[in-house]
Amino acid sequence: MFRQTEIVKHETTILSPNAPEGFGDLIINVGPQHPATHGVLHLVITLNGETIKKVEPHLGYIHRSIEKMCESLTYRQFIYVTSRMDYLSAHINNHACALCVEKGLQIEVPERAQVIRVILDELTRIASHELWWGAMAMDLGAFTPFFHAFRERETINDIMEATCGARLTMNFMVPGGIAADLHPTFQQKVKEFIVLFKSKIHEYDQLVTGNIIFQNRMKNVGYLSPEDAISYGCTGPTARGSGVSCDIRKLYPYDVYNKVAFDEILETGGDSFSRYLVRMRELHQSIRIIEQLIDNIPEGDFQAKTKAVLKLPKGEFYSRVETARGELGVFIVSEGGTTPYRIKFRSPGFSNLSALDHMARGSKIGDLVAMMGTLDLVIPDIDR
Amino acid sequence: MDTEAIKTIITGTVPEATFDETGEWLTATIPAMEWKKLASQLRYPASCHFDFLFCITCIDWKTHLAMVYHLTSTTFRHNLVIKCNLDRSNPEIETVCNIWRTAEFHEREQYELFGVKFLNHPDLRRLILTDDFEGWPLRKDFEDPVNMIKL
Repeated sequence: MFRQTEIVKHETTILSPNAPEGFGDLIINVGPQHPATHGVLHLVITLNGETIKKVEPHLGYIHRSIEKMCESLTYRQFIYVTSRMDYLSAHINNHACALCVEKGLQIEVPERAQVIRVILDELTRIASHELWWGAMAMDLGAFTPFFHAFRERETINDIMEATCGARLTMNFMVPGGIAADLHPTFQQKVKEFIVLFKSKIHEYDQLVTGNIIFQNRMKNVGYLSPEDAISYGCTGPTARGSGVSCDIRKLYPYDVYNKVAFDEILETGGDSFSRYLVRMRELHQSIRIIEQLIDNIPEGDFQAKTKAVLKLPKGEFYSRVETARGELGVFIVSEGGTTPYRIKFRSPGFSNLSALDHMARGSKIGDLVAMMGTLDLVIPDIDR
Repeated sequence: MDTEAIKTIITGTVPEATFDETGEWLTATIPAMEWKKLASQLRYPASCHFDFLFCITCIDWKTHLAMVYHLTSTTFRHNLVIKCNLDRSNPEIETVCNIWRTAEFHEREQYELFGVKFLNHPDLRRLILTDDFEGWPLRKDFEDPVNMIKL
C-alpha cells in the first residue's frame, strides 16, 4: 500500500492560524530554460517559505509526436526516429525496437550480432551514467567532475563514431542484427578504454562520492519507499535505489544477457544518495559485462537474412529492455501491413518524473535539484 | 500463479470476461464499467498482487477505442493484459490512479491524445500539448494541415 502524498502544513498557518488556505504561498516557475533541468522541463512549484508544497511538471516543450509519426513509417524506418527519444541511450532504444520487430517476425538473430549489441548497450550505459554523474555534480555546484566525466565519455564516443558513423544518434541496430560489421579497430579500442576507465574510476569516488559536503546534500533527501516506487511505476536506478528489483536484463533476459555474469545492483536507502550509489556501482558491472564479451565475439553473419520489405503479422507485440534510465517498453499493434497500426513507447523517464511531486513535498527548495539530479531525467524521452 | 488461476479470479469478479492466449501474455477483455472493480481485485489480494502497472495505451480501431493496461506482479512475476472497449463518440472509463499512482500521468497522456475521459481523475488536464490545442491527435481521423506528421 502506498503512502498518501502528504498535504504540507505551511509555516504561515502556524504563525497566524486564521489565515486562509494558501495564504503566503509563493508560486515559482523553474524552467523551461533552467540549467538544472537539462532540457526544456517546466516545473511550477508552490512554496511556503522554503518548504515545497507541490511540484507540478508541465511537459511538451520538445514533443514531436513520435508515436503518430511512426504510424506512417515502415518497420525499417521507424527505428531511426527512436534514437531521438532518449538520445543518451540511442543504442538501447534501437535495440528495443529491433527486438519487438524480431519478436513479431520470429527472426533468429545471429550470435555475433547479439554479442555486439550487448557490448554496445553497455558502452552506451557507461557513457550515459558518466554524463549523468558530471551533470549532477555540476547541479550541486561542483564544476570539475563534469570535465572528468567527459574525458572518458569522449573515448566511448570515438569508438561509436568509428563503428556506427555517429556519436549520439547511432541508428545501428536494425531488425535482424546490426546495420554494418564492426570497425577493424573496435576490439582494440574497447580494450584500451577498459584499461583507461579502470585507472580513472577511483577518481570519481575520491572527487565526489566520499566528499562530505556532497554526502550531506544527498543523504535523506527525496526519500522514495519501495511501495511508492512500484506504485509510481519507477524503474531503473531510481527504483533500485529503493530496493526494488526491476532489472530487465536479469528478469527478462534478451540477447546474450543470460550468458554473462553480472549483479543487479540494489541499495535500500531510498534517498538520493542511494540512487547515486546504484549508478556508480552499475558502471563497474557494465565494465564486467564488456570484459567477458569483448574477446569472445563469435565469427559469422552480423545480420540475419530478412526480406527487403518487412510485414509484421496481425497481432500485438511488446518488448522491454533496460536503458540507462529504466525500463523502456515498445508496444506495436500490427494489422499485417508494412507500417505499425499503433505504436506506444513506455519511456522510463515519464514514470520516474511522476514520482517527483511525491518525493519533494515537505522538503526544502534547495534539495529539489539534488532530487531531480538523481532521477536522471532526459526530456526528449519524457515528451517523445 | 498460473494462467488458469488468474482466469478464475477474473471470471469470479467479471463473469462476461473473454480471454485470448495467442499473444505473449494472457489478455482479458472486459466491459469498461467493471474495470475499477476488477482492478482492486487484481491489486490487493496477496494471491495475485498485480502491483505494477507498467503501461497504459489506447488504440483507435475506427469503430471503437480500446484501452490496454499492462500489469505485472513484482512478487510473482506474472503478467496480464486487460482490455476495455470504449464508445468512440463518448469514451469514458473509471480512473485507477488511486490504485496505481503511475496511472495519473499515463491517463492524462491518453486523455489528450485520444480524448478518453477518465471519471473521477483528480487532475484531468492536458499534459504534453498546449492548452488551446483542438482535436485528439492520435485518433486515426485526425488531420492537421499545418503541422503535418504524415509522410
